[in-house]
Amino acid sequence: MNADVTTTAAEVASLPRRSLSRFRPSPWHLVLIPITFVLLVPLLWMLATSLETEAETHRFPPVLVPRSLQWHNYADAWRAAPFGSFLVNSLIVSVLTVISTLVLCSLAGYAFARVRFAGRGLLFIVLMATLMVPFQVTMIPEFLIVKWLGLHVWTQLGIDHLGALIVPNLVTAFGIFFLRQFFLTIPIELEEAARMDGTSRLGVLIKIVLPLSLPALATLAVITFLDSWNSFLWPLIVVNSEPRMTLPLGLTTFQGAHNTQWSLLMAANVVSLLPMLVVFFAAQRYFVRSVAGTGLKG
Amino acid sequence: MAAVRELVRDRQPTASRVRVRLRGSDHLSGWAFVTPATVLIAIFGLLPIGWSLLLSFQQSDLLTPSTPWVGTANYRRLMHDHTFAVSVQHTIVYTALFVPATMIVGVLIAVALNRNIRGISLYRTAAYVTMAVSTINAAIIFMWLFEPSFGVVNRALGWVGIPAQLWLSNPDQALYVIVAMTVWGWTGFAVVVYLAALQGVPQELYDAAAIDGAGRFASFRTITIPLLSPASLFLAIWLTISALQLFDEVYLTTRGGPLHATSVVVYYLWDQAFNQFDAGYAAAAAYVLFMATLVITYLQFRLGDRYAHYRR
Repeated sequence: MNADVTTTAAEVASLPRRSLSRFRPSPWHLVLIPITFVLLVPLLWMLATSLETEAETHRFPPVLVPRSLQWHNYADAWRAAPFGSFLVNSLIVSVLTVISTLVLCSLAGYAFARVRFAGRGLLFIVLMATLMVPFQVTMIPEFLIVKWLGLHVWTQLGIDHLGALIVPNLVTAFGIFFLRQFFLTIPIELEEAARMDGTSRLGVLIKIVLPLSLPALATLAVITFLDSWNSFLWPLIVVNSEPRMTLPLGLTTFQGAHNTQWSLLMAANVVSLLPMLVVFFAAQRYFVRSVAGTGLKG
Repeated sequence: MAAVRELVRDRQPTASRVRVRLRGSDHLSGWAFVTPATVLIAIFGLLPIGWSLLLSFQQSDLLTPSTPWVGTANYRRLMHDHTFAVSVQHTIVYTALFVPATMIVGVLIAVALNRNIRGISLYRTAAYVTMAVSTINAAIIFMWLFEPSFGVVNRALGWVGIPAQLWLSNPDQALYVIVAMTVWGWTGFAVVVYLAALQGVPQELYDAAAIDGAGRFASFRTITIPLLSPASLFLAIWLTISALQLFDEVYLTTRGGPLHATSVVVYYLWDQAFNQFDAGYAAAAAYVLFMATLVITYLQFRLGDRYAHYRR
């Protein structure tokens, strides 16, 4: 500040503080660029390998940038395994899981937040207790239940059917808790006014509460989609045949069969990663909020 | 929306009138709203918890309907099972390496990212992106990076004169490669948590410390670390729970080998249930894991409450 005393007003005007920082980049770039590089190397390496010839992946020293991009690796990988059906299966399972989770968790979360009914407190505690139990504890009986349902209740929903991947995940206790916490923050006066007007509970939820909860719904959708898309252990247990496999499972069988053809394996890996990257870039702030917000406050 | 706000302003109902009006259908609509979710969670969440406990005292091959009672035989067998003991040991070693490593990497990167400089959002996006990479994607990438003959890690070591290592095929190294791939995969998560916490740390504290003559490292140690302790406690618990459940990466890269060197508890119990068809035994192992998780989480909470710094 003392320096300003000796400079004229004209000089100050011609040298706004902002422009100074433009000429002097922060030294932190020297820290951040290497960090970013190290974090991204595995992904860049995957991408580079997926565009190399098989011979180039074996060359020493490594080929950093492939001489000519082998786009046909992607077509070859696509032909070598039914990735189309893996992709469709993953999409069906994830999309249905997300839609159903949003609907059922909204209904239950709203009731736990706003509606007084007999047994509410106890029921809420019992449902939330399931959050503490690791999946590994429940997976063996879950397998037996889905198998039993397939044999006795609904023959379409057996083991090795997409239904076995969807039905147990139609709703989550976490989603109910998450939406309930959000609904509690909405001013109750809005809902009371609508109720006075004779709007039903469902009407209030659909017309007033849900439109105000879009960020929370988006965050829950992203969490659910991520979980469903990347889910591995449950599909591994219930799916036995290739036509029913989701992407992560299909990828492991492909890996077993093509262990030495790294360029094809990397191309397949890129293909399975792309949908998640698209969702990530489209909804980055919901990703960040889902972790930063729910993690710490929930 | 505007109409609703209008309504609120026009006739502010008294609290008691609203309560009277709302009472009527509450039980019915309440239960109507929660029933679908309750039925599903009861079948696929609650019922299996009890069933699993029963199974752990039975013998079951997942196929024959008769599951004879064997008392505590499954639990007694676990105590003398060498492979289970080895799996527990690997799970402990893995957790003890993975959790602190991820937290240290996360906090250092978050501190570096916690500033307003040109292009910071690009750096942040790059740090977050591992959150989008599934366990299977990450495991396949790292198998290639650590491939003994042509993998980039061995080639890089070759440049500096270190002989090629077997990595995932070497019983002494395989678990550490799995630690490396999972730390990378969880970095984005840890960075997001720490960055969110850092943004709640007031700059004035650092300014005051600087006036008192504190250097960068001193203020990191005396201001940043204590103020981040709630985030650290959350991460420690969350990462520990996920570490105790390690499975996907082991299944994909080593199948518990070589020579059981990467067999962890969940891999072992999955193998017992769905390859050896010894579901009662696996259920007992799962319950041991469940109880261990509860105890560890409880201890972390107790320790955390003592040391975590909460601002009021």
